Amino acid sequence: MIVGFTLNGRPREIDVPPSQTLLRTLRDTLGVFDAKEGCSEGVCGACTVLLDGRPVSSCLVLTPTARGRRVLTVRGLERAGDLHPLQTAFVEHGAVQCGFCTPGMVLTALAFLEQRPRPDREEIRAALAGNLCRCTGYAKILDAVEAYVSGRRADG
Amino acid sequence: MAEVRTVEAGLRIVGQPVVRHDARDKVQAATAYAGDWAMAGMLHAVVVRSPYPSARIRRIDMTRANGMKGVVAVLTAADVPRNTLWTDVPGQTTEVGPLRARLHVLAEGRVRHQGEPVALIAAETEEEARAASEAVDVDYEPLPGVFDPDLALASGAPLVHEGSNLLAHWRVARGDVDLAFTRAAVVVEGEYRTQFVDSSYLEPESGVAWLDSDGVITIRLSTQVIEHFRDVAEVLAVPQNRVRVIGTYLGGGFGGKEDVTVEVYLGLLVLRTGRPVKMVWTRQESLLARAKRHPYVMRYRTGASASGEILAHDIALLSDSGAYAYLSALVLLYSTVTAAGPYRVSNVRVDARVAYTNNPPTSAMRGFGAMQMVFAYESQMDRVGRALGLDPVRVRQLNALRRGDILPVGQVIETHVALPELAARAWAGLGERPVPRAAHVRVGRGLACNFQPYGRIVWLHDWSSAWVGFEMDGSLVVRCGAPDVGGGQASSLCQIAAEVLGVDLDRVSIHISDSALTPLAGTTTASRQLYMSGNAVLKASRELREQIVAVAAPMLATDAAAVRLEAGIALAPDGHTLPLADILRQCARVGVSRSHLGVYHAPAGEPVDFEKGQGKVFPDYTFGAHAVDAEVDTETGVVRVLKHVAAHDVGRAINPQSVAGQIQGGAVQGLGYGLMEEVVLEDGINMTTSFASYLIPSAAEAPDVEAVVVESGEGLGPFGARGIGEPPIGPPAAALANAIEDATGARVSTLPITAERVARALGLVPP
Repeated sequence: MIVGFTLNGRPREIDVPPSQTLLRTLRDTLGVFDAKEGCSEGVCGACTVLLDGRPVSSCLVLTPTARGRRVLTVRGLERAGDLHPLQTAFVEHGAVQCGFCTPGMVLTALAFLEQRPRPDREEIRAALAGNLCRCTGYAKILDAVEAYVSGRRADG
Repeated sequence: MAEVRTVEAGLRIVGQPVVRHDARDKVQAATAYAGDWAMAGMLHAVVVRSPYPSARIRRIDMTRANGMKGVVAVLTAADVPRNTLWTDVPGQTTEVGPLRARLHVLAEGRVRHQGEPVALIAAETEEEARAASEAVDVDYEPLPGVFDPDLALASGAPLVHEGSNLLAHWRVARGDVDLAFTRAAVVVEGEYRTQFVDSSYLEPESGVAWLDSDGVITIRLSTQVIEHFRDVAEVLAVPQNRVRVIGTYLGGGFGGKEDVTVEVYLGLLVLRTGRPVKMVWTRQESLLARAKRHPYVMRYRTGASASGEILAHDIALLSDSGAYAYLSALVLLYSTVTAAGPYRVSNVRVDARVAYTNNPPTSAMRGFGAMQMVFAYESQMDRVGRALGLDPVRVRQLNALRRGDILPVGQVIETHVALPELAARAWAGLGERPVPRAAHVRVGRGLACNFQPYGRIVWLHDWSSAWVGFEMDGSLVVRCGAPDVGGGQASSLCQIAAEVLGVDLDRVSIHISDSALTPLAGTTTASRQLYMSGNAVLKASRELREQIVAVAAPMLATDAAAVRLEAGIALAPDGHTLPLADILRQCARVGVSRSHLGVYHAPAGEPVDFEKGQGKVFPDYTFGAHAVDAEVDTETGVVRVLKHVAAHDVGRAINPQSVAGQIQGGAVQGLGYGLMEEVVLEDGINMTTSFASYLIPSAAEAPDVEAVVVESGEGLGPFGARGIGEPPIGPPAAALANAIEDATGARVSTLPITAERVARALGLVPP
């Protein structure tokens, strides 16, 4: 079936089996490897993308569900060649080790901060509990998100 | 000539929390992991695995599978040129004899564990390959199995392999243990049990292979060991120089990608089909099939004097290898060497055995046999302290190893041991004792220390090599075969080269982990890569520096010894400077090489007789101490970690941010091990093959671990660094158990410390 959606602002139209997941469509049909496959059962969060701004596990979303909607991966955050300030915070605070969870983690955090721009550390912790990381122990990820939040606050 | 620049004394790049080049790539999904790869005409491969833990294969019928849409190849054992993978395990005990760990690539007539590979399928799409895997008709005759190492060693037990179920047996005997016990004021006995756990890196096993235009079978995969190209060649019966392994930046390793994963299967299918082939394991497959951490039963009897001096340990260890040897004998060796803990004990007996069972195989995982011991010896230390009224820090400080002390196996400790300081700082880092938040909640604090070898066993004669060279514009290239598992291995090597050669970090690029194009550096395992390849890069950089400086000196009208290289400039004491690019052009003119290959050999030695107990086993050790505050709900048994301070002497932190990250991440893995993780097996059948049933800590369960980084400068690595990859996973489980006893008076001796186990220990439910 033909499905059209925008991927990182660009319209895409593809022919996919109706039962194909968005994760498979991105990785196998479109060759876009930004979302990672960690468990394919909606537990680890590595495949998180934003669908109309809301985080979803793309391994659980069938591609036809995305018809006419906006799909954002971590590559869509870049502006004029610069990293998004939250990405910069991840890099500078050592929140990235193996990096396999990072794209999903960044997107989940961003979507959460849209809903709740001034969270405290415990709220951030709860918001990221659906994205597993096996390397960092989470502390530096929370540091990065907190630093981004307070940097934004400082900017007004 | 340019102006004089002000330069700071000391190190400019090493020791700084620099931003890792790979982090910038990863945060924008620019890193191409092994699975993030596709090629024209690429096939997709899957492994057909045994559903039985022990069975005879009467017949395999591939007719249906071969006839299915899209199927290009179906392989069984008969199609594998050499169907056996061999690993030499040197230094075996006489009872079992020298061991060559043996493993079939695909099962031959017999399966010994659930998930054992039986056949391979390659098809045009992954869906077609999976569908065909369901259509391979294997006629199994289930056989009796044995699922407990104790039962496996009993007479009459079903044999997993011919001969005996005893895979390896190590013994240590030092001093007069029996006599020492007669002098002990207190004797503490305990039996501690640990569980099977899984590495659970976020990136499952994956790779793509193809026949390259030069006829070389090229395998691009997620591996900690690119040297497995040799194993692939042996199985394929092709010369070793016709197989190339390109290791990608890994989505985590933790030891689980030390043994072969997908590379042999991919090589076989490329050889058979001539087409590119991709294999990505599902999470379920990874949890089912990948080797686990060894469970242990550890029986300890510990005697101490009235003043708290540990006089003797009598230790019996039993571990489960699962169905194949893999690295089990070496894992047990690590246990044997570290069983008495980081303490000075003159009388020690260790009797350590590992048995084959029909459980999933066990092999390398972060901590490699040393970490299980921590749960036992630190529970014992705590109990000794409690029995004598000594506080946890004091009893450990009193017994801590010091430089010059001798381990039970006879190894002399040659470097500074910071244990007393680490224990004090971890404990003090907890601050004020927390107040219970409700009447039914108790809080307690616990301490646990550990030591973990870094670098390989000295009789393995370990070495690493690295190439460092300048481009004509003064930018620098490092080539080193080291895989980067996510700990910042590559970035740290860049720091070392940049420091020595006086270039800024953004002028350094590194090529890693390619068996054909980068000098071999050995495995990213055993906390060895910074130590070994760091030294190789340091050596290459220093020698390259000498070559460059010898050319620069006359250009600057000074002596070579007086030339400084900094930020891409060569400086003379009189203030004259030259851009590096000018010097490199001069090197080209006069025929001086602008690169150098550095080879670092670790201290080597011969295998030692543990029972005679004289000799070196490991190059050196990393010491640590963790302290936790935990709360225990006395109505439900639920344990929550309130605070966790983790202190390690890392010798020198090349990148303090990466070091803290290793400590925090390792500590949380250790908490997962202590509190929640368990591969549940029922007669060899894995009940936890999804992330919904095999639970690892999420942000909600993980406390903010505070890393305390102590730098004694005493390590054998570059700039005095010690390995820090594995050590932080050791102490958390024991620290937790000790905190729980502190809170409630009840001791839990079996991992994981679930609410149910705590409730039992508290007498809330019957034992």
